[in-house]
Amino acid sequence: MSLHTLTVAELAAGLRARQFSSLELTLHFLGRIERLGPELNAFVTVTADRALDDARRADESLAKGEGGPLAGVPIAHKDIFCTDGILTTCSSKMLSNFVAPYDATVVERWRAAGTVLLGKTNMDEFAMGSSNETSFYGPVKNPWDPRRVPGGSSGGSAAAVAACLAPAASGTDTGGSIRQPAALTNLTGLKPTYGRVSRYGMIAFASSLDQGGMLTRSAEDAALLLKAMAGFDPRDSTSVDAPVPDYGAELATPLEGLRVGIIREFFGEGLDPAVGKRVQDAIEVLRANGASIVEVSLPALPLSVPTYYVVAPAECSSNLSRFDGVRFGHRCDSPRDLPDLYKRSRGEGFGDEVKRRIMTGTYVLSAGYYDAYYLKAQKVRQLIAADFARAFGEVDVVIGPTAPTAAFELGAKTSDPITMYLNDIYTIGANLAGLPAISIPCGFVQEGGKALPVGLQLVGPHFAESRLLSVSHQYQQLTDWHRRVPDGYA
Amino acid sequence: MSLTRAQVEGIAHLARLEITEAQMPVYVDSLSRIIDFVEQLSAADTGGVEPMAHPLADQVQRLRPDTVTETDQHEKFQRNAPSVAAGLYLVPKVIE
Repeated sequence: MSLHTLTVAELAAGLRARQFSSLELTLHFLGRIERLGPELNAFVTVTADRALDDARRADESLAKGEGGPLAGVPIAHKDIFCTDGILTTCSSKMLSNFVAPYDATVVERWRAAGTVLLGKTNMDEFAMGSSNETSFYGPVKNPWDPRRVPGGSSGGSAAAVAACLAPAASGTDTGGSIRQPAALTNLTGLKPTYGRVSRYGMIAFASSLDQGGMLTRSAEDAALLLKAMAGFDPRDSTSVDAPVPDYGAELATPLEGLRVGIIREFFGEGLDPAVGKRVQDAIEVLRANGASIVEVSLPALPLSVPTYYVVAPAECSSNLSRFDGVRFGHRCDSPRDLPDLYKRSRGEGFGDEVKRRIMTGTYVLSAGYYDAYYLKAQKVRQLIAADFARAFGEVDVVIGPTAPTAAFELGAKTSDPITMYLNDIYTIGANLAGLPAISIPCGFVQEGGKALPVGLQLVGPHFAESRLLSVSHQYQQLTDWHRRVPDGYA
Repeated sequence: MSLTRAQVEGIAHLARLEITEAQMPVYVDSLSRIIDFVEQLSAADTGGVEPMAHPLADQVQRLRPDTVTETDQHEKFQRNAPSVAAGLYLVPKVIE
């Protein structure tokens, strides 16, 4: 048994039983990050001093039999979450000098639960990307095959947890940015219901879609971390004021009687047959253990990618107008006048994909085009949400693949933005409808002599995180895909 | 190309983004492709459908009492600013 392959639940129990100290654990992970981190490029900032302080404090609490439910457990945060006094870059040149003046609610809550901060993980710039190749700090590599991408935008969090450099990490999901990297790196990745987790201090990309969550080694860990992260926050105007269930206690809910709907539209053209086979195998496991399986059709769902690429850029163009070279972030040298200061600071500070999305958003919101693009997309969004609502009249969860293929090679999809966008074809629907969704490991496919992980996606009705987590947990009691670790990292 | 170079230059101006001469054709091409791609939405039948602005239908924007809840931390916040003097953000002269 090695410490770094244990789950958060196992580590929390071991710490409480004093089998090892948080300091010992933290030093172990910091050592792995130092040794294995640079090759993967998973971290933007390693907060070693802060981690050691956090660990000592946790050990003091644990020695007195005190401390939060996650006392002493090391974690990493995606570099989109503001951390007081620590560089917070969103993997952009624009924020490459930005030291956040406050903690995001997610950061504050995981800290209150006793976690130890190992560092801030690499990501696609401003969370815009599906491969972690748009980062100002360079691409992240997939520990299952370093020639391949880890997915994105939470690619650094995915690589860090998959390579056992951290037991768990936060992520954000606007169109699949937790679930798709989880699928490509053999992790459990949960995107909660819109409004379940506070967006305060989470640097905004598309505010009606963004939601914080986590990448973990098991559904049980996701339950523990969600419990510590979720809940009402008056500082986020779209935070939902509803009680947070005890997700851990509900994991035991059996599969018997579960009604599962296979999304017909997710098994058509574009899906790699080998990936589809793994997903079908997983569905058979659920069936064999008491779930009833039917097929459901969500006819508007194939329009989710074009809908998203109107709505998300529109919101992004508005949100990113705050980066003006005046109050924080990159400023160009010797501006001639104020317009020059704005244009050059933004032109230099943002990378290509971010500029492309700002311009797409600017165009679809501009006079004369608003009705044809933005209003139209908001109406199609309503149709997609209605499709899901209809399906949930018949079934408890809908199911399908998380991504159409296993991890692809670095550079394979960078030349055409549409090719990259289509990678999120199965994940975007849940964001548009505000639904909770999870990706869990369901097997491997062989490509180029490497075993590459495949993700199974479950989507539930609003606030059905408990159900998604219990189904995932039950599946993980019947299978061991989620315990597999890439060669060289065990 | 669904977008012309002049249109893309106009969009870049509205978005306050400097695009270099060398990069401009690349943006004209990729933005045209994106607009062509999202064009498929026009075929969807959305007659009588309300536009959806918020993913949770029954949510309303909360209001709070208009009272001061934040403390003055401007010095801390301005540590991230490129140019500051006497608590003010400095920019190039706007009015001659």
